[in-house]
Amino acid sequence: MTMTDFMTRFRRPDIGRFVRRQPVAALAFAGLSAIVLLALLAPLISPYDPLASDVPHALLPPDRLHWFGTDELGRDVFSRILAAARLDLSIAVSAVAISLVAGVTVGCFCGYQGGWLDRVTGRIVDVLTAFPLFVMAMALVAVLGNSIANLIYATAIINFPFYIRIARSEVAARRNLGWVEAAHVSGTSPTRVVLMFLLPNILPTIVVQASLNLGWAILNAAGLSFLGLGIPVPTPEWGVMVANGAHFMSSGRWWLVVFPGGMLMVTILCFNLLGDGLRDLLDPRTRS
Amino acid sequence: MTKPLLSIRDLRVSFVSDRTHKDVLHGVSLSVERGKVLALVGESGSGKSVTGLTTMGLLPRQATVTGGSIRFRGEEITGHVPRSLRGAGIAMVFQNPRAALNPTRRIRDQLSDVIRAHGKVDRAGLQARLTELMHQVSITDATRCLNAYPHQLSGGLCQRIVIAMAVACSPDLIIADEPTTGLDVLTQKAAMDLLLRLTRERDMGMILVTHDLGMAAQYSDDVAVMRHGKIVERGTPEALFRSPRNDYTRQLVAACPTATSLLEAPEATVARQAAEPVPLLEVRSMVKEYQNGFRAVDDVSFVIRPGECLGLIGESGSGKSTISRLVSRLVDPEGGEILFNGTPISTIPAEAFYRASQRRQIQFVFQDAAGSLNPRYTAYRSIVDPLLRMGPVPDGEALRALVVRTACSVGLSEEMLERYPHQMSGGQCARVGIARAIIVSPDLLILDEPTAALDVLVQAEVLALLERLRRERGMSYLFVSHDLHVVRMLCDRAIILRRGRIVEAGRCDDIFRAPQSDYTASLLEAIPHFSPGASV
Repeated sequence: MTMTDFMTRFRRPDIGRFVRRQPVAALAFAGLSAIVLLALLAPLISPYDPLASDVPHALLPPDRLHWFGTDELGRDVFSRILAAARLDLSIAVSAVAISLVAGVTVGCFCGYQGGWLDRVTGRIVDVLTAFPLFVMAMALVAVLGNSIANLIYATAIINFPFYIRIARSEVAARRNLGWVEAAHVSGTSPTRVVLMFLLPNILPTIVVQASLNLGWAILNAAGLSFLGLGIPVPTPEWGVMVANGAHFMSSGRWWLVVFPGGMLMVTILCFNLLGDGLRDLLDPRTRS
Repeated sequence: MTKPLLSIRDLRVSFVSDRTHKDVLHGVSLSVERGKVLALVGESGSGKSVTGLTTMGLLPRQATVTGGSIRFRGEEITGHVPRSLRGAGIAMVFQNPRAALNPTRRIRDQLSDVIRAHGKVDRAGLQARLTELMHQVSITDATRCLNAYPHQLSGGLCQRIVIAMAVACSPDLIIADEPTTGLDVLTQKAAMDLLLRLTRERDMGMILVTHDLGMAAQYSDDVAVMRHGKIVERGTPEALFRSPRNDYTRQLVAACPTATSLLEAPEATVARQAAEPVPLLEVRSMVKEYQNGFRAVDDVSFVIRPGECLGLIGESGSGKSTISRLVSRLVDPEGGEILFNGTPISTIPAEAFYRASQRRQIQFVFQDAAGSLNPRYTAYRSIVDPLLRMGPVPDGEALRALVVRTACSVGLSEEMLERYPHQMSGGQCARVGIARAIIVSPDLLILDEPTAALDVLVQAEVLALLERLRRERGMSYLFVSHDLHVVRMLCDRAIILRRGRIVEAGRCDDIFRAPQSDYTASLLEAIPHFSPGASV
């Protein structure tokens, strides 16, 4: 069974209906698309090299040449924000993808199989989620070493238990439903029952969680790099930029903090609003 | 003529959403008098519940009354039922008694709330009132019930409590919306007898909303048959059911299984008698025990011969569904043997049975037809799936042709095949479920209350369909049901189960004519009579 075949199981999205029912989420989706597009096109459209310093033009306020001003080394803030969008989005997407795939796999298995393995996994998940997540992420990056890859792994690990939990409970709730039993009677193997029957039916819930989670992952990555963990120095990243800019706030150089901070806020807000909208839309009670 | 307690005239109700406007009641007129029961009978979607809810002022937000009037004790209450009337004037008994009670509070507290909400009483007065109520609804161990939480009581007791709540404030009118759905025949009889007695004793009026013609016939003084938001016929039960004037009523009456009704295939009996020496299915002292030591199925043995239909009758909790799942190898028995065509199949664990060659020979039709279809599969996908899994798969065009032919044989048109479960009616879902089971040409079809969720007319069609398929394809059926009349219509032999044990087994005709056990006799007696004159 191919992936495309798998995707056709879903009812074709009706964009008009989405906009009418969830105008806020549609707006958030448009905003996110714009941010993603800017990030993708960053190398083509950024007016300056985000790494090139130009000390004579340091700390210039926003003007026609430098839309978002320049930082203490004369680097163009707008170009750096575009480059940072690329980095932050890819960190968030890869971290969420890793935890989603791993978590849903483990969760589906536990939820379907039940028994002692499920109970043991459940307790491990409880222990993992009992830690303060951000502190755990800090500890993980500190132990694994300061690199972007490790930042991704740390973010993935702290999200992992939530996907296990959601997938497990969604699968366990459906395991004994009529259409699953009917699949057994139709001679369907357990693997196929999970992949072709249960997974497509729990995917909406997972997608909502992932959307909300993406915003959180960006915040997490920015937070860690704000503290100097994960991102090596010259690399542009929103958290790092806010951290650097904070030094110049007192002397009135607001553009160093406001623009990256604003981008961070808008992106996370968009992810959250989109997640809320999707949740309302996919809730069977609101379905016509 | 005295003034009626409740009179509804030309009531019109519409459901309005963003862009749609749907009229659900088109001018309903009826009246209820003190001490009398009016039954509102109709299929799902006929508007009978909406009529009840409108009277109570409990319409959902998107529904509006667009015309007509409701007068209660001579007072106009359309659209704005005063709070003081709810409970004290008009009370409601809901469908699911357990859901109508707050699970986290004791019965005593919930009943006290209702009593206090309509007048100040002191502690002693409250206790006296509670005791009196318990007595009225015939609960003998009042103290235990009052101190219990809803989950500690049986469904029947919960329904009594709900009735007690309804009568707590001495209402003049009770609206009972399918008050016994989900209750067993015996419990149903007790609850209905109680409601009828209270109506007579307290000189209240009652509206009984039901889809069960037998119940309407036995417990009402007046019947109104509803269809598409209109009352198509009304009259006394005797007149209405003996000689219905309206075509629709006539259809309903004909479709209702009674002690004497037959399926339109009398010649089928010829095929039934062809007894063969080797039974198709043989179950020997089968036991299913749960972890807490509860025996759901206890030492049950029976055989099904090729081409035979065996009925399995029991109330909820009698183990009939467990037996159907054991035989279809969805769960493993703790003891005993299941032989299919002489080969033991209980030795193959349930999770590996999907690979067994007998899988395609034993198929299952589920009780909740809509719930047994994958919500993300079209009807076509659902029907074709067993064939793709267990083969043999004809190639290309032939596959589609086979699915269409099978769908056609269960009365589904080709364009239905592209629909998803939520786009189909209950009857259509049931047909998809049957098509899915028969497409692999099984020898044994296990039917777990396949018509329990269907309206009377649809049930009659599905039963006729099952009988025809059995005749055409020579399948054997294990037919599980709580409805004795339905079993008698379809089956040659039947087994009566109680608490996991067989209390009676034999030919249907014999069981119905002269039941051997007291339990069977009381079951037969408890079925609401359809025609009061005829004996069961």
